[in-house]
Amino acid sequence: MAAITTAPGTYDEVDPNTSYLENNKGLMGWLFTLDHKRIGVMYLISVLMAFALGGIFALLLRAELFTKGQTLIDAETYNRAFSLHGVVMIFLFLIPAIPAALGNIILPIQLGAKDVAFPKLNLLSLYIYVFGACFAVYSMIHGGVDTGWTFYTPYSSSDPAHGGVGTSSSVIPMTLSVLIMGFSSVLTGVNFIATIHKMRAPGLTWRRLSLFAWSLYATAIIQILATPVLAITFLLLTMERFLGLGIFDPRLGGDPVLYQHFFWFYSHPAVYIMIVPGMGIVSDLIATFSRREPFGYMAIAMSSIALALLGFLVWGHHLFVAGMSEYATMVFSALTFLVAIPSGVKVFNWIATLYKGSISLQSPMLWALSFIFLFTIGGLTGLFLGMLAVDVHLHDTYFVVAHFHYVMVGGTVMGFLGGLHYWWPKFTGKLYNESWAIAGWLFVFLGFNVTFLVQFVLGSRGMPRRSYDYLPQYEFLHQISTVGSWILGFGFLLLGAMFVRSLLNGRPAPRNPWGSAALEWMTPTPPPPYNFVSDPVITRGQYDYHLATDDELYEGFDDPLLSHKSRKGGVDEGKEDA
Amino acid sequence: MMQSEPSSWQLPPAMADTATRVDDAYNFIFWFSVVFAAAVIAITLLFVLKYRRRSGVKSESTARHTKLETKLEILWIVVPTLFIVVLFHKGFSSYIHNATAAEGATEIRVHAKKWSWDFEYPGGARSNELHLEVNKPYKLILSSDDVIHSFYIPEFRLKRDAVPGQYSFVAFTPTVPGEAHVLCAEYCGTNHSAMIADVKIETPEQHQEFLASSGKKPKVCGTPPVECTDEKWGESLFQKNACFTCHGNAGDGMTGGAKSLGPKLAGIFGKPQSLADGTSANADENYIRESILKPSAKIVAGYTNVQMPPFASLTDDQLEAIIAYIKSLK
Amino acid sequence: MSTATATEHASGDGRARPKWLLHHFDTPAQQFGTARLGMWLFLAQEVLFFGALFVIYSVFRASYPEMFKAASQQLDKIMGTTNTVVLIFSSLTAALAVNAAQKGKRHATSLYLLVTIACACVFLAIKFFEYQHKFDAGLLPGPAFKPIDEHLVKGLDLKSNSGSFFALYFMMTGLHALHVVVGIVVFIWILIRNLRGNFSKEYFTAVDITALYWHFVDLVWIFLFPLFYLI
Repeated sequence: MAAITTAPGTYDEVDPNTSYLENNKGLMGWLFTLDHKRIGVMYLISVLMAFALGGIFALLLRAELFTKGQTLIDAETYNRAFSLHGVVMIFLFLIPAIPAALGNIILPIQLGAKDVAFPKLNLLSLYIYVFGACFAVYSMIHGGVDTGWTFYTPYSSSDPAHGGVGTSSSVIPMTLSVLIMGFSSVLTGVNFIATIHKMRAPGLTWRRLSLFAWSLYATAIIQILATPVLAITFLLLTMERFLGLGIFDPRLGGDPVLYQHFFWFYSHPAVYIMIVPGMGIVSDLIATFSRREPFGYMAIAMSSIALALLGFLVWGHHLFVAGMSEYATMVFSALTFLVAIPSGVKVFNWIATLYKGSISLQSPMLWALSFIFLFTIGGLTGLFLGMLAVDVHLHDTYFVVAHFHYVMVGGTVMGFLGGLHYWWPKFTGKLYNESWAIAGWLFVFLGFNVTFLVQFVLGSRGMPRRSYDYLPQYEFLHQISTVGSWILGFGFLLLGAMFVRSLLNGRPAPRNPWGSAALEWMTPTPPPPYNFVSDPVITRGQYDYHLATDDELYEGFDDPLLSHKSRKGGVDEGKEDA
Repeated sequence: MMQSEPSSWQLPPAMADTATRVDDAYNFIFWFSVVFAAAVIAITLLFVLKYRRRSGVKSESTARHTKLETKLEILWIVVPTLFIVVLFHKGFSSYIHNATAAEGATEIRVHAKKWSWDFEYPGGARSNELHLEVNKPYKLILSSDDVIHSFYIPEFRLKRDAVPGQYSFVAFTPTVPGEAHVLCAEYCGTNHSAMIADVKIETPEQHQEFLASSGKKPKVCGTPPVECTDEKWGESLFQKNACFTCHGNAGDGMTGGAKSLGPKLAGIFGKPQSLADGTSANADENYIRESILKPSAKIVAGYTNVQMPPFASLTDDQLEAIIAYIKSLK
Repeated sequence: MSTATATEHASGDGRARPKWLLHHFDTPAQQFGTARLGMWLFLAQEVLFFGALFVIYSVFRASYPEMFKAASQQLDKIMGTTNTVVLIFSSLTAALAVNAAQKGKRHATSLYLLVTIACACVFLAIKFFEYQHKFDAGLLPGPAFKPIDEHLVKGLDLKSNSGSFFALYFMMTGLHALHVVVGIVVFIWILIRNLRGNFSKEYFTAVDITALYWHFVDLVWIFLFPLFYLI
């Protein structure tokens, strides 16, 4: 182990032997903190609240669809509920969930950095997110929106109050909310790229970067390049509704399909903002719980970048039936298939990593394996939708609903929960009850498949999405799906209870409960304010299990490995320097 | 109204030439996916079982930067690439085939509006049902009066957006006599899910009869068919134009137990109606006629102007029949 | 990887940390490089932000070339040209401010910053008069477009759908003007910090990246000007 430090003196302000949770206690210590871990934790609380809210909307929708005709709520309420489910889940939960919450907590530690590149910007991004969310809440208090999360024009932009043909619901505060939260997403992206470029510890070369960090790098590229387009689109939409600009409304000389191009130019890459970090987490989880360096490390890392870049070229596949030229549909269909290649590369490499590993089925690994299964199904059904002729039949049916839930829930949420289970002991300092965790996983996994597998069949049989009512032949499958949603909801409740129990009376977590070789597990649990007791110097890769010492992997259940090397204590200095 | 049960467990019955081409592509990708997903899941489970953690057994270090790694990476880039070329070709060739209208196809204009479909046949006949002759090529020209709708017939595997300010088209040849539905696949507001029209694929004789009688009072109407009076004809027009979506069944002003979007029609005839602007109007023939043709002219108190589309395509005879029907509602 | 031990405390080796070096950076070079990279990344998103508007502009120009030609004659070329010159000049003074800061010339830096701020204000003032004229002449976005003949510049006949031209005009120049306002605020803050003596030869990061931002704002105008006023 090499031993150098750089820039001595930086630890003066904090005591490296306290944890970030104990340092600077009190409400103000949290609200004005510049510590990425605390900001990440506050993000985590926010996105979990959004997830619960979105989940309530989802349960309401499924309950309404239990029988044909009116079951619980009227059509107007139903339309608002599905729109709010989409808006809340996508903009308030999925997009910030992994990068802004888990990424914020873990990325700088994985880089051996004291913080992100711009801590103030990081805090600002949190407050912009909260400010934007307030607009969403304002809109909901005023009845919410009934446009779907896609806000297609002219339905969203043409206000009946000005003689228009569209919705009279509360669109402007909602689009402003998304616009504002977009800035928060951009700032996170800027911060992460700068952090990964400039803040890595000595010895942490690009080839030693964790795959989670690579995935956040790819995600940040999308956040920076795609989000401004959504911002401008929603700004124009807001102005159109407010002043009647005539950009998207055909009655004012605008073009509604132009809106769809702009919307999907952001929103397709946004799918990769959601899924790529999930893939990063899964790569880390599989390495840790197989005790093996990821097979094809560079291929996995580069496939994240490839997905980020390809994501910008395929937006047109959302418009196959909207009226594009045959030539454009052909090009977009071909480009869409290309996405399958980096996705496939990831799945194959994950499986190859399992080969001859030492696989432990602890709770985070269960989520990672679920990700592989569900994402494979989500990805393959994406091929159906890439095939032009088949897409014409399946477009805007429940098949699409099932497909993107397999990607977003089967992918992103599985990855998010895997990461949450995995890093929970590190940032809370508490262990959770493994049996509860496994039970929760079982319910979520089963419930999810019961809910959404039948929706593929509903869709291929022709059931359109966003429909309050349906023809009688679809009723039975809808009932199965609704029952599934109850199992799924129960699973999430169980997990919520488990985490709350862990916070209240969980056993203190050891430094490295999973026996991982990755950098974040080499620092005390919970980490000190500047992440490490002293500046780390990296001498092996994140996944080099064959180079990691037994001390690093297995020891440390009571004796944080680093404490005896702390600068203040300094007992081992002579030996280390020798 | 009942649709026949799906012929396969995944797809509705194929009732047009377009459907057959889509089904070929669908079945191909379906079996491809089943095999692929099963393989991925099986191999993963196999590895998880075979290499589960045992005391004393360490993981084998990954072969990094070896020729094997490079070979495998190339393998699983090249093989999927070949697969997707096949998939792309299958999808695209069927699509192009389906997107081309046959020579001499009969053109039908389709007007989409919130929340009904209106079909205009050559020669001027109009209907809210899509009547087609079996084995005859058609080209439907779609347009929308308000927001974006999407014309979708699952049995034909056809879908195309009707975009305001633009024309789009679908082309097909129905191959099986029977019934199907036009659904709206693009969310378009409160009653989006009720924007359904019947498709009737008829023999040439039946179709001729339809064209001849369209807009004229049919001999029999209603279910079960009875001799057509103005009232009965009005009732069937009320159904076909989907007036019940917003005014409730038999104009009772209720949708699924709640107040419907449009005002109650039953029992209003001849009575004064208080209007949203504070005035009132007597619900006579002119009032009803105006409300059908210019819906925004008089708004009943307690209801908002939800932009009911003007039903300008109704003939005078049809309007009279509907008025007779509303008169009869108690 | 592993963590390392520490050496003696800073005071021991005499390398005191400068006050402006933030806690999470190791070296001044790292801090400077990070700030610059951050600004470049921010500008990348700005490029896409304005880029989207330029795409919409192209789509509409391609759809309604005659309308655009006629409507663009209503814009004041003299005011537009003046503004272009003013903004390019302010970019020069911003660059000179960085140069002065780099050499540690505090007074020169303040002077250049002041000139930059003044130019930006002149730009906004001229923009204000242009907007005022458009309002008087009824050259407004969308349905508000109701031209009043006596205020119009003589030229091609305005098409009735020119509302979309003015929608884009106000949208794009308005967002640009907003960027100018942000620039002014940040420059004033930089000026105050400079007067307080916060910058030195070793530390002038804030001046540098603000100037970078300012050059970008200038660049956007260099695209806006010909697109709206000239062609």
